[in-house]
Amino acid sequence: MEQKPAVPHFRQPLKATPFHERSRHYSQLDSFVPWAGYSTVDVFSTMEQEYFAIRNAATLYDLTPMVKYRIAGADAARFLNRLVTRDVSRLRINRVSYCIWCNDEGQIIDDGTLFRLGEHEYRLCTAEWQLDWLLASAIGFEVQIEEVTADIAALALQGPTSCAVLKSLGLAGVERLKPFEIGLFSGAGINLTVSRTGFTGDLGYELWVDPQQASALWDALMHAGRSRGIRPIGSRALNMARIEAGFLSPKVDFVSAENSVRVGTDRSPLELGLEWLVDFDKGHFTGRRALLEQKRRGLRRLLVGLDIAGNKPAHNALLYADEGGQQEIGSISSAMWSPTCKRNIALGMVDAPYYEGSATIWAEIYLCRELVWERRMRKAQVAPKPFFAPERRRATPAGDY
Amino acid sequence: MSARTQDSKHYDAIIIGGGHNGLTCAAYLARARRSVLVLEASERLGGMAATREFSPGFRASVGAHLLHQMPERLIAELQLETHGLRWAAQRLPTIALSATLPPLTLGAGQSGLTGLADVTEQHAYAQFLSSMDRYATALTPLLSQAPPRLGTEDWAERWSLLKAGWRIRRLGRRDMRELLRIGGMNAYDLLQEHFRNPYLQGAIGLDAVLGTNLGPRSPGTVMTLLYRLAAQRNGARRGLALPQGGMGALTEALGAAAQRAGAEIRSGAPVARVKVAGDRACGVQLASGEEISAATVISSADPKTSLIGLVGAEHLDAGFVRQVSNVRTEGCAAKVHLALAGLPAFAQLPAAAQGARLLIAPSLDYIEHAYNHSKYQEYSRAPAMEITVPSIHDPGLAPAGQHVLSAVVQYAPFRPNGGWGEHREAFLERVIDTIAQYAPNLRSLLVASELLTPEDMAREFRVTGGHWHHAELALDQFFWVRPVPGAAQYRTPLAGFYLCGAGCHPGGGVMGLAGSNAARQVLAAA
Repeated sequence: MEQKPAVPHFRQPLKATPFHERSRHYSQLDSFVPWAGYSTVDVFSTMEQEYFAIRNAATLYDLTPMVKYRIAGADAARFLNRLVTRDVSRLRINRVSYCIWCNDEGQIIDDGTLFRLGEHEYRLCTAEWQLDWLLASAIGFEVQIEEVTADIAALALQGPTSCAVLKSLGLAGVERLKPFEIGLFSGAGINLTVSRTGFTGDLGYELWVDPQQASALWDALMHAGRSRGIRPIGSRALNMARIEAGFLSPKVDFVSAENSVRVGTDRSPLELGLEWLVDFDKGHFTGRRALLEQKRRGLRRLLVGLDIAGNKPAHNALLYADEGGQQEIGSISSAMWSPTCKRNIALGMVDAPYYEGSATIWAEIYLCRELVWERRMRKAQVAPKPFFAPERRRATPAGDY
Repeated sequence: MSARTQDSKHYDAIIIGGGHNGLTCAAYLARARRSVLVLEASERLGGMAATREFSPGFRASVGAHLLHQMPERLIAELQLETHGLRWAAQRLPTIALSATLPPLTLGAGQSGLTGLADVTEQHAYAQFLSSMDRYATALTPLLSQAPPRLGTEDWAERWSLLKAGWRIRRLGRRDMRELLRIGGMNAYDLLQEHFRNPYLQGAIGLDAVLGTNLGPRSPGTVMTLLYRLAAQRNGARRGLALPQGGMGALTEALGAAAQRAGAEIRSGAPVARVKVAGDRACGVQLASGEEISAATVISSADPKTSLIGLVGAEHLDAGFVRQVSNVRTEGCAAKVHLALAGLPAFAQLPAAAQGARLLIAPSLDYIEHAYNHSKYQEYSRAPAMEITVPSIHDPGLAPAGQHVLSAVVQYAPFRPNGGWGEHREAFLERVIDTIAQYAPNLRSLLVASELLTPEDMAREFRVTGGHWHHAELALDQFFWVRPVPGAAQYRTPLAGFYLCGAGCHPGGGVMGLAGSNAARQVLAAA
């Protein structure tokens, strides 16, 4: 349900989510950033506090701006299986699948989570709008697609104590929900859909409710989670957690092939290290022939995890084959000092053959020390992702921390 | 060779659609010793290139009624004359009709104008024809080959591009500059530059838009005119010709040529879908459920029917399917057939000239006005027409002493506001009235009539949008982008599946070149 704007849309370019009043209330910095047409929080108090809550307690993150499409119709399954690279033909009702989709050239357009809600009904959640591509993909299929972003309020509840919080709220049996499973629950007088999904690589859930009940849900969770260290978080803390989890962020680690302007900036799932999401045997999907051809020719670059010497995050660093910085072989798209792993980690695109792991790579890191800039060449090593993958994220029944 | 089912044979090639392009493709493949099966949905071969009885004893070509673009080489190679093709008339002149003035005759070839006293205009006409002919010369060879891709690494294609460029360069500095200038122009502006006589402008202007959903002021109509002229050069020896027995006789000759070479032809066998296995076309399934396997499947149906309907979007990439679905396929030309008890007397026209190609297009504005209606989903109130009375040359088309009038009528939108059910009577009356303005005795001779709207064509001949050329003839749908990039060379993204219909380069018009070019591509791939 669309909130009625008090002022004309051109005077209020960003929409407020159903959690906006609560976010404003809890925000200590009044720091809001735009996301898909909505105003959302990037930091409530401090990024570090919020990050540690993700890894040690429970956190609330307003997910409402995540663009949601309702996809229904007799051909919905066939349509989706032709859209995404993964085989979703056997996705069961009340299950979720993480998917990517490509253009004809096999270059990635976006990623998202696909929820199967019924025999012929799905929901696709993506970071950016996709309607144009979805409608193009729908030609020749009996399928209806509509954006339902504003019809559903969404809240991510992530962190080791998240299951305990939901149980305190009265969600009976929520601990038995398996990763990527969907369940319908009620607690504190609120009916909600719960999926065991998230962007933190930790134990966590995403909660989907009627926008009318958004504030009540927030309040009930904050109340139920008091003794479990619950706190709202912004996008910056979430970004730290997702780098540790090895998840890619659109517009950070890759640009959508539908929006890119420059030649050579598109990325394929093979280059992004997402071949595990590509099922060449399931039948045709958009980009399949181009990807097969790309596979035949061999990869020119690959997105890999990197472990970098020292403790200075290698933000936007260029990568070299030699310490002297003569031969450029790639660059870093996401970087951080991981407080949990105690490692200086990064995600970066590395040219062949240097991504294979045996070679020493050099990262060019710029440091600013009280406005004095220094340059460091630091050794980097290809490292497996995810950097942080606790057992609790998958354990079923979920742990009671 | 893939697995065979017990009761059905495996073919090298199955061709979907027994129109003139499908049959041409079949004939060339069979001559190259391929086992070929042609599957035609209706009981009769030919698609829009057929002759049929529209009233007891009266027969007419259902689509195009004049043959003038089929290359002489093709007729000779397939020995169509040995296979029964006869000519009722050749080198017909074109006459621009006027209700009041003496008719203006545009000679076959460059023999010039008659009926116009204005010497300056006569001179301009000769000059115009000769320059257009030079430009057309540069384009003609492009029609008989797969359009070379731009930016390709294939040497043969680079060479062919180079040759095309060289032919244009060889026109000389002045002509090349002029060709580049007029290439994107509309016919209206170009004809204003050259002529003053409205009948002359109208006659040439109609050529630029005949069979299309374009008006003389639509962008790129100079290119459609050049295209027509370039194609006409291939059949220049016979000029505008009437096959004896109508266009169906050509189809029969093509069918006979294909069968003689070894092709099998089955009519009344509509294809429901193309079978795909291992990301390759491997045969077809008929509407009856019967499955037939083949190494190659070639469709002469329009691009949308072929790719979205028969192959199915799920076997193709989404961006490609979007392009296919965006191809403009709505036709705007109707066909009217009149059964007449006697010869219509066109005023001002000597009896000897009644058998010519007659045009009702008295000015460019007349055509543009006619087009204006169709832009807003209405039929033309004063339609433009290309008329023949083929029974003058081919008495077998009508009972003794009686006649058939065949008219291509523009403009009739695919789906007028309110639907054709509401308008067809009124439109047909309007067409008859319009002709009667030039042939006053027409109504008194009228025995029967038939109107084929684009919607009728779409239904009866299974052509999306009922367009004569399957896909609009326009700058953005010519050459290397016809029907869409990625399928412009008869190959499609689905291995083993080819297109050979009018929706491919070089388009519709009864040429057979799409069929023969496609056959060459299929053979080159083997």
